[in-house]
Amino acid sequence: MTATPLKGSGRTTAGPLADGTATTVRPRRIRRRGRSAPYWFLVPAVLLFAAFTVVPIGYAVWLSLHKVQVKGIGLGKGARQQVWNGIGNYTAVFEDSEFGHSVLRAFGYGLIVIPTMLGLALVFALMLDTPRARSAKFARLAIFLPYAVPGIIAALMWGFLYLPTVSPFYYLLREFHLPQPDLFDGGNLYLSFANIAVWGGTGFNMIVIYTALRSIPQEIYEAARIDGASDLKIALRIKIPIVMPSLVLTFFFSVIATLQVFTEPMALKPLTNGLSSSWSPLMAIYDAAFLRSDIYGASATAVVLALATFALSFTLLRVSDRYTREDRA
Amino acid sequence: MTPLTLTAADTKPRRTAWVPTLVLILGSLYCLIPVAWVVIAASKGHGELFSTFTFAPGTGFLDNLKELSSYRDGIYWEWMVNSLFYAGGGALLSAAVSAAGGYALGRFAFRGREFVFKLMLAGVLVPSIVLTVPQYLLLSKLGLADSYWSMLLPSILSPYGVYLVRIYAAASVPAELLEAARMDGASEWRIFSRIAVPMMMPGLITVFLFQFVGIWNNFLLPYVMLADDTKFPLTLGLYTLLNQGASQPALYTLVIMGCFLAILPLIALFLVIQRFWSLDLLSGSVKA
Repeated sequence: MTATPLKGSGRTTAGPLADGTATTVRPRRIRRRGRSAPYWFLVPAVLLFAAFTVVPIGYAVWLSLHKVQVKGIGLGKGARQQVWNGIGNYTAVFEDSEFGHSVLRAFGYGLIVIPTMLGLALVFALMLDTPRARSAKFARLAIFLPYAVPGIIAALMWGFLYLPTVSPFYYLLREFHLPQPDLFDGGNLYLSFANIAVWGGTGFNMIVIYTALRSIPQEIYEAARIDGASDLKIALRIKIPIVMPSLVLTFFFSVIATLQVFTEPMALKPLTNGLSSSWSPLMAIYDAAFLRSDIYGASATAVVLALATFALSFTLLRVSDRYTREDRA
Repeated sequence: MTPLTLTAADTKPRRTAWVPTLVLILGSLYCLIPVAWVVIAASKGHGELFSTFTFAPGTGFLDNLKELSSYRDGIYWEWMVNSLFYAGGGALLSAAVSAAGGYALGRFAFRGREFVFKLMLAGVLVPSIVLTVPQYLLLSKLGLADSYWSMLLPSILSPYGVYLVRIYAAASVPAELLEAARMDGASEWRIFSRIAVPMMMPGLITVFLFQFVGIWNNFLLPYVMLADDTKFPLTLGLYTLLNQGASQPALYTLVIMGCFLAILPLIALFLVIQRFWSLDLLSGSVKA
């Protein structure tokens, strides 16, 4: 379905490529044609964007301002009606302490994941970029590998590695008679989730930072070396400041991803009883929409989450603006 | 010293830098251990999983494979085919849409260009669930929820893909070449399909891979959209399998085998493709 609008722009031009005789008359027609061409090329993307981003958002906003009113005993056709509810659903969101807690949990989780993941990604990228490091090629692929593992499967794998009966780590702890922590309990739960996210996300961020590192002209390093700078000093004084825009970018996307944590807690839920079905904001929204069938309240919550994400994004972009003054064509 | 070392690049000292090497090896181990564990655990029978040392290979690999294949008449392989269909089809369409859209944004100046581009980029910021829940409600009004379309259609547009192709088109398709083709009377569609697309191919492959991985790994969308488990992708199928397994540990071996088989295609894809495609392209590097 997506390819058909494109052909339209081709059909308007009848002239075959080899038709050289008409070149003198062509230019004006070509110019006119060229003016509409970009719009034709954009049609599929814009249609999809409208249908699967703009309309759903509009619908969510509409739902968030309505509620269902039940007439009589609520049976029969027309007994349930959608009526205007103003900001009623929104005040309910802010009174809902369960949602507030889920946001706090997501932030707590992000406080562990983001510094660890980006810190590791930066360290690995710097190490890859060290001229005399061995095994760099292998490590690059190995550390990137988890990116190819679906989040839910990564979480399932780690879930098994957290289970005392099958985990090699518990086996070692038992052998050495060390205390065996319960990884599904209280604060440890955050570490368990965070570890899965760090495992899955470090490689991709490493590649982003490493790419930025490699675009630095080598002469800078040679000049620094001649001046007697060590590898460590070069890393701290030259490389890290230069890759700052990439770090800001990865930080930015990590924050957004953190607010949307869903897969890891969902995957570990069957393995433990201590996990609420509204542990993270996304789980809370899913819970409201499909388990409690309150699509109006769920939509209001989702809109609040979206607005919070936008507000956070623009604040972050503002703050980082002086770092990311790259011209984006 | 062998004669090979007498190149210009080797005027620097060739000592191994031990600290970076060690850090990289530790990092590799951290990333490989869970994968290694799954490979080994997949070879263990029911009894062995809970009794033998975790890194000792078991003897039940083929039995597990047979058991998984026969589980509910081979529904696991249906999931695998579904995943390949969703990810392959979605990524192909996504690359096509991104190619056209990104080319228009990168190689034409027209009114509304920046507006369209920024609006699409802002789409990246919208939390997935904000889109998925109303998408589900709207698609179910059209009778399309719980269908192959409900998985495929929302996965096609990738703002990141459009962004990447825009950069690619601007950097790798010379404007003079397009102008020359126009002078020769080539239609815009012909210029796009015969000149621009081949030149943007590395970028398009990147978009394809990125979207393939994204759809293959997606969990929220099928979780919301699908109810009929013959339409499930692998991620959702394995999740439901584990949910049942929580009460029957006998299913654990099946889940582990399923995880092992589920990660193979993507790992194979990356190992094969890295020979002629660079990871760096993922982050929008044009030079690599």
